[in-house]
Amino acid sequence: MSALITCSHVDFGYENHDAVVDLTMEVNEGDYLCVVGANGAGKSTLVKGLLGLLAPTGGSLVVAETLKRTGIGYLPQQTAAQKDFPATVREVVLSGALSRRGRRFFYSGEEKEMAEKAMERLGITDLARRCFRELSGGQQQRALIARALCAAGKLLILDEPVTGLDPQAVQEFYGFIRRLNREEKVAIVMVSHDVANMVGQADKILHLQQKVLFYGTAGEYKKTRAGREFLGGGEA
Amino acid sequence: MNMIAEMLSYPFLVRALTGGILISLCGALLGVSLVLRRYSMIGDGLSHVSFGALSIAVAAGWAPLGVSVPVVVVAAFFLLRITENGKMKSDAAIAMISASSLAAGIVATSLTTGMTTDVGSYMFGSILAMSLGDVKLCAGLSAVVLVLFVFCYDRIFAVTFDENFARATGVNVSAYNGVIAVLTAVTIVLGMRMMGAMMISSLVIFPALTSMRIFKSFRSVVWSSGVVAVVCFCIGMAASYKFSTPAGASVVLANLGAFLVFGAAEKIRDLSGLNRF
Repeated sequence: MSALITCSHVDFGYENHDAVVDLTMEVNEGDYLCVVGANGAGKSTLVKGLLGLLAPTGGSLVVAETLKRTGIGYLPQQTAAQKDFPATVREVVLSGALSRRGRRFFYSGEEKEMAEKAMERLGITDLARRCFRELSGGQQQRALIARALCAAGKLLILDEPVTGLDPQAVQEFYGFIRRLNREEKVAIVMVSHDVANMVGQADKILHLQQKVLFYGTAGEYKKTRAGREFLGGGEA
Repeated sequence: MNMIAEMLSYPFLVRALTGGILISLCGALLGVSLVLRRYSMIGDGLSHVSFGALSIAVAAGWAPLGVSVPVVVVAAFFLLRITENGKMKSDAAIAMISASSLAAGIVATSLTTGMTTDVGSYMFGSILAMSLGDVKLCAGLSAVVLVLFVFCYDRIFAVTFDENFARATGVNVSAYNGVIAVLTAVTIVLGMRMMGAMMISSLVIFPALTSMRIFKSFRSVVWSSGVVAVVCFCIGMAASYKFSTPAGASVVLANLGAFLVFGAAEKIRDLSGLNRF
C-alpha cells in the first residue's frame, strides 16, 4: 500500500479567503474515500487542489511519481452545455486519452484501443456510436467514467457524480464504482452530498467544514457526533 | 449557369464571393465551439463593438482595420473573461457593451461627417465593401483557422465538451479560449462591412445550430457547419444578385432556410423512427 496523494497540514484558498484549512490526509492505492460536507465547505476546492489546478497556500501536498500529470482520472460535475452536446460516446471517451498524447497531433492506434477497452469495462460498447445527449443520465455517467479511465487507471476523482440520477441509476452507479475499486484496484475519491449511501459504500470518510471535522473509517464515522448529526438529522 | 458566369464577370462580385466564402467558413467552424459553450451572444456583442470602432476610426480618419481589429480582440478577451468569472451576468454585460459601442459609433459619425449612407452600410452591409486587401486577409485568416482545426481538432473538442476535464488533463484551456476569441474577433471585423453589423453574428451561430439538428457526432457537426455555411452564402449571394436584395440579409435568410429544412428533416426522422446518421 503506497500513498498516491499525501496532504499534510494543507491550506487551499483564493485571494481573500481560505476554503480549506489544515487538512491532513492521504489517498492510498485501492482506497475508497468519500468527502462529505455542507455546501461551501470546501469540497470542490479540495478537488481542484488534488487535481493540481489550485496550488496549496500552505502545508505540503505530495503526489506520487506514478500519478504525475497523466495520472488522475476526473469526473467533473456535469455542465448544462453537455446536456445537448452533439458528440458520440466514442468521441467523448477517446478525449480522455488526450493527456497521454503529449505533443502529437492525432490519436495513435493504442489510444483508440484503450478507449474501446474502457467502454468494454463499463459495458457501453454498444453505445459507442450513439449520441451523448440521447443517453440516460446513468449511461452518460458511464461514458464520462470511461473517459476518466482513459486518462488514468489508478485514481478517479468524482465530483458529485450522482446529482440528477434517478434512484435506480444511483444504485447501479455505486455498484460499478465499487467493482472498479474492488476488482481493478482503482482508488476512488468521491465528493458527495449523499452521505447516507456513502457510509455504506466508502471505506474512508472525510468530513470537511473548512477544517477537517472527521477523517477515518466509515464505521467510526457513524459513531461520531459529526457523523450522527449529518446522517440522522440532529437527534445527537 | 448563365447567371453565375455573369456574376463572375464583375470583379467586385468575385471579391465579395471569395472573401465571403472564406469568412463564412471561418465563422462556421469557430461558431461550433462558441455555440456549444453557450457563447453565441459574444459574436453579436463583438459585431457591435466592431461597428463602434469602425465608425470612430472612419470619423477620425484612421485606418479602419488597424483600429477595429485590436479593439475587437480586446473586447473578445473581455467578454470571455466575464463569462468565465460569472460575477456579472454575461448576457446583461454583453447587451450593455453592444448598445454602448453602437451609441459611441453613431455619435462619432454624426459629429464629423453626419449620418451618411456609410452608417447604413455598416449596419446592414454592403457588397462593395470587400477590397482586394480584405480578400487577402480573409485568406490568411482561413488558413489559420483551418490549420487550427486540422491539427488541434481533438483539443478543441476536449475544451468545448468539458473545460474542467480538459484543464485537469493538462490542456491549456485559457490559451485555446484566447486563440478562438482572437480568430472570432478578426472574422467578425472582416465580415462585418459586407454582412452588416446587425447580421454578421448569424454566420457564427446559424451553421452550428443548423447542423446540430441532424448530426450527432462532433466531427459531422463541424464538417456540416462548414459546408452549410459556404452553400448558404453562395445561395444568398445568387439570390441577392437575381432579386437585387442586400447581400447580408439575403445570406441570413438563406441560413434561416437551411435551419428550417434541417429542423424539418429532424422531425421527419424522429417521427419515422430512423435513428441512424
